[in-house]
Amino acid sequence: MKKTMYEKIWDSHRVVDVEGQAPLIYVDRHLMHEVTSPQAFEGLRLSNRKVRNPHSILATMDHCVPTKNRELPIADPIARKQIEVMAENCLENGLNLYDMKSPNNGVIHVVVPEHGFVHPGMVVVCGDSHTATHGAFGALAFGIGTSEVEHVMATQTLPQQKSKTMLIQVNGKLSKYASAKDVALAIVGKIGTAGGNGHVIEYAGDAIKELSMEGRMTLCNMAIEAGARAGLVAPDEKTYSYLKGREFAPKGENWDLAMAYWQSLPSDADAVFDTIIILDAADIAPQVSWGTSPEQVIGVDGCVPAPESFENEGKRKACESALAYMGLTPNTKITDIPVDLVFIGSCTNGRIEDFRIAAEVAKGTTVAKGVTAIAVPGSYHVKKQAEDEGLDKIFIDAGWEWRDPGCSMCLAMNGDELTKGQRSASTSNRNFEGRQGKGGRTHLVSPAMAAAAAAAGHFVDIRNL
Amino acid sequence: MDPYKKHDSIAALMNRNNVDTDQIIPKQFLKKVERSGFGAHLFHDWRFNDDGSDNAEFELNKPAFKGAHILVAGDNFGCGSSREHAPWAIADYGFNTIISTSYADIFYNNCFKNGILAIIVDSSQLDTLMAEINANEGVRFTVDLENQQVTTPAGNDFTFEIDPFRKGNLLSGLDDIGLTLKHVDKITAYEAQHKQTYPWLWA
Ligand code: SF4
Repeated sequence: MKKTMYEKIWDSHRVVDVEGQAPLIYVDRHLMHEVTSPQAFEGLRLSNRKVRNPHSILATMDHCVPTKNRELPIADPIARKQIEVMAENCLENGLNLYDMKSPNNGVIHVVVPEHGFVHPGMVVVCGDSHTATHGAFGALAFGIGTSEVEHVMATQTLPQQKSKTMLIQVNGKLSKYASAKDVALAIVGKIGTAGGNGHVIEYAGDAIKELSMEGRMTLCNMAIEAGARAGLVAPDEKTYSYLKGREFAPKGENWDLAMAYWQSLPSDADAVFDTIIILDAADIAPQVSWGTSPEQVIGVDGCVPAPESFENEGKRKACESALAYMGLTPNTKITDIPVDLVFIGSCTNGRIEDFRIAAEVAKGTTVAKGVTAIAVPGSYHVKKQAEDEGLDKIFIDAGWEWRDPGCSMCLAMNGDELTKGQRSASTSNRNFEGRQGKGGRTHLVSPAMAAAAAAAGHFVDIRNL
Repeated sequence: MDPYKKHDSIAALMNRNNVDTDQIIPKQFLKKVERSGFGAHLFHDWRFNDDGSDNAEFELNKPAFKGAHILVAGDNFGCGSSREHAPWAIADYGFNTIISTSYADIFYNNCFKNGILAIIVDSSQLDTLMAEINANEGVRFTVDLENQQVTTPAGNDFTFEIDPFRKGNLLSGLDDIGLTLKHVDKITAYEAQHKQTYPWLWA
């Protein structure tokens, strides 16, 4: 039978089918951070259970960590507690932890690929919805809840229902200033935040093959925003050369064994998908979200829509309330929307390539009056690489703050946040009400678009720069 | 986990679509390291005014909905982040049943793991239930999981589908890990084979 990549991975990880139950799936890699794990460790302790395979786990601290003045104690006592508990739990269970002081520290989904911890064909889980990021390597990677974190620690398996498959094919070539982020946003705009519910998406087509590994990570990262369980890109030469030589990548003859397996993974030519969506890359303009859901997004050359423009009543109501929250009037040109704060970072766009592109736009500019612009590398490795390339200078000279790594303004748990009514251009992945601070207004964009908005004080069509 | 029994309770109405987990439990409450106590913060940003007093405009603050165990909600409930704090908060607040047309996948899974029955109805059924609550705030519905049936005073009764595995676990209150560990021999055998097929993963 012809199989999709998802089906191949699924079949090879089925441990047991039990009559009337969801099949148990084997988990190869388990990623962890400080927010969704403490109660799982608490559960293990209470039930006297042990971590089955400590080597399958890599942990970091990212959500609550400060991005400046790291040498000082964390001001928020609860965040401090969470960090301490994470360190104790990892020590007690013999887990590999990149703590706040480690040169390997950073946002989990940035750190893990840097160390080659995820390979094609693996099943990867994390108590974090953006785990889909690792689908860029052709691994089945998905977010789980805290009780599942406990389940995986205790059993190395998860009961899982099989998902449906969706192929999203992006044909043609992206224009110079349309990035993976714009593709991701355009897809959510097209199929909606529930469009992928119950599915695993495989991204394919020329425009996807052309993307760098960083770009593929950005794309898969936002599969969850389209409601999908996971996103996948077939491994190819780019994948292999990215992995080669990294700390946890296979070595010596194991490399050849692994390669043979990896090359067997891509979907068979005639494999059948439950749903197929086709996009033309040439149609994708740089995107800006205007509402409080990632599906409320439009090309930068567009205008804020009017509620009446939606036929569906739910969408009309959602538009009305989003505009009220966002303080926007219908038919305002996107390029006339001013910004107060610009954030480049997160597991969506906190990798070296993102800072290179943003620096190219920021070079020789000055942050507009009244605007705060912060650049938060996704990891210390990204930070160091950027500094070696002199990118930090470009940002600092342009008036940006250059921070230490962490989730930072992506979800504003660490003290970096918007105040009520403030408006951001943000390279993160969610624009929900209050995501970046209570009453804060988030517009999701690519790194280049964010850098251009910082200099102009409003959104800019970077294709005209 | 407490076994899910037949319930008769006030049904509270939240007529909003796409209620996301950032609203269910805003992130400022995620820093706790325990499992309990999240109910006090459920829907915090909607539920309370800036000065901490109850926001009278917010639907769940209506006196008629106090003590409700059933939540009737709009489409795509629980979208957004995977935080399990969302179902913890919902359960801790007192809800054990949600009725909606659809849920985000992760949230849906998490509900069952925390003893919450998430019922799926079609949109016309949902409209009927919402209309019944609107006409009679404080109305009580009966949920019978064993027979997969909901009954209402106005007679808008319906049966619902549920995965038999999930149903069994809710009824027995059995913990998932215990169930899986019944198959520990199979896991060990799979692992032994896995080491041979994918030696690089174990190097
Ligand atoms: S950067 Fe944002 S989306 Fe990514 S793990 Fe951190 S909080 Fe989650």
